[in-house]
Amino acid sequence: MSFAKPTLSPQRRRFLTDTARLAGGGLLLGGGLVWWVEDARSLPAEALRPPGALPEGDFLAACIRCGLCVRDCPYDTLSLAELGADGPATGTPYFTARDVPCEMCEDIPCVAACPTGALDPGLTDIDAARMGTAVLVDQENCLNFLGLRCDVCYRVCPVIDQAITLELSHNNRSGHHAIFAPTVHADYCTGCGKCEKSCVLPEAAIKVLPLRLARGAPGDHYRKGWEEEQNNGGPLVEGIIDLPDRLPGPGTDNLAAPGGFEPAFKLPEGGQ
Amino acid sequence: MKAKTAMPVGVEAIRTKGWWLAHRFQVLRRLSQAGFLMLFLLGPWFGIWWVVGTLAGSRTFGLLPLTDPLVLTQSVVAGHWPELTAFTGAAIVLAVYALVGGRVYCSWVCPINPVTDAAYWLHNRLGLQKGWQPKRQTRLWALGAVLAVSTLTGTIAWEMVNPITILHRGLIFGLGFAWALVALVFVFDLLVSRRGWCGHLCPVGAFYGLIGQKSLLRVSATRRNTCDDCMDCFAICPENQVISPALRGREGETPLILSPDCTNCGRCIDVCSVDVFAFTHRFDHRVDDTKDPRPTEAARKAV
Repeated sequence: MSFAKPTLSPQRRRFLTDTARLAGGGLLLGGGLVWWVEDARSLPAEALRPPGALPEGDFLAACIRCGLCVRDCPYDTLSLAELGADGPATGTPYFTARDVPCEMCEDIPCVAACPTGALDPGLTDIDAARMGTAVLVDQENCLNFLGLRCDVCYRVCPVIDQAITLELSHNNRSGHHAIFAPTVHADYCTGCGKCEKSCVLPEAAIKVLPLRLARGAPGDHYRKGWEEEQNNGGPLVEGIIDLPDRLPGPGTDNLAAPGGFEPAFKLPEGGQ
Repeated sequence: MKAKTAMPVGVEAIRTKGWWLAHRFQVLRRLSQAGFLMLFLLGPWFGIWWVVGTLAGSRTFGLLPLTDPLVLTQSVVAGHWPELTAFTGAAIVLAVYALVGGRVYCSWVCPINPVTDAAYWLHNRLGLQKGWQPKRQTRLWALGAVLAVSTLTGTIAWEMVNPITILHRGLIFGLGFAWALVALVFVFDLLVSRRGWCGHLCPVGAFYGLIGQKSLLRVSATRRNTCDDCMDCFAICPENQVISPALRGREGETPLILSPDCTNCGRCIDVCSVDVFAFTHRFDHRVDDTKDPRPTEAARKAV
């Protein structure tokens, strides 16, 4: 009789089953955690990170959620996201501009408090902070765009005349007034949120958005011809003919730029 | 089974030693847990900002930084190199727990411990079955999974779910739905798995256990010769696999409880009516030879 199977030791068998079971459990737990982490990673648009915060991906690797920045904020701007009640990843610091904007302290106490560098200690000039950028999201309700002189967002801006300017244009509706359009320049805007906080409308027409939402980005290969020309001190390619610009019919700007376009036909009565 | 074994846990200890000596470490432990929490609450409640922050990271007297080493480890494997302050804080915490026993964190500091202890108490009162009992080393795999997920996702992954820091932070900064997570742990320990969370699954406990592998402060079954097999220590111990090697050790084997799983909670010292156990250091291998099961009043006072 040969029942002589290769006998596996029961200890070995047990070790292998146990290990496989534990590894399976670990994998299950890990998988669940990955799913949860990925889900918790998206930051709502109205939640802004404190000054100097690393880009969101790096921030979640660096922030230990201790709350020291929150405690050291003298204006109670920052809070820690509560589990299930606030949008950002639980326990991470954020602020909502419309509630309490960042006062842009010169000594940046929140950054000084951070033990891990999730708020970059390299940020020493608060004007260099980029917590987000203001965007005039609703021109149709902005009082200045309606032709009034509200100007509040412009006046409260800590980087006035750089981050927000008033751009003058003709008010076509009334025909003889001006529109002073509040215009944000993202190169200077710190995203502190004072404009959003003080917008007089019940729902702010100017809002601070995270840069990832607010900014477009040109292709890497894009060049602005006029800048390149200036840097080069002349056209980049030799022998380019500068054709005369086509302007509306003779008699308008022809003196300044001759070569205006004159239609070959005459429009009936009243046409230009 | 001896008649003594059938007696409720700790009754004999109360009878022979009195209520206080039979609950000493239990009371001290609760005071310690409440005290550590209170240190953090002094600021938000009374405006006394001695300790600022949470268990994940704190600053004491504007000077002493403390950082949870597991949180920092996750941060590092997630790809962030923290500032020196955080490293200093983690080094201090590591040094302290390496000395007094890593899992002292579990039984003397962790705010989830009272929750799971309460679940265990109710579990016993209701006379429930022990339920699902995964292997003790499951927590090591959980720890491995946590570090792997941190590495893969580039986040401090466990902090998204860690009931310890979420509860602690919740009590200090605002609870949100943290109570639901705590309730989940309670229900899990009550109905699904006796001593399940702290004893089998929690990766934080696993991590602190690893820290305390060679810790100085240990419980020793010094007077194991007097043991009357009442089994109360096994019944009360949250990690009772650590007792046998010390208590049942043969001649020449150390009476020290050397397993890193031991949380140094001291409950075995409390419930033992013949004072077998005592706190000592890891180099104290002495075994008391007295066979007298009833230590004299004087001897007890000396302990």
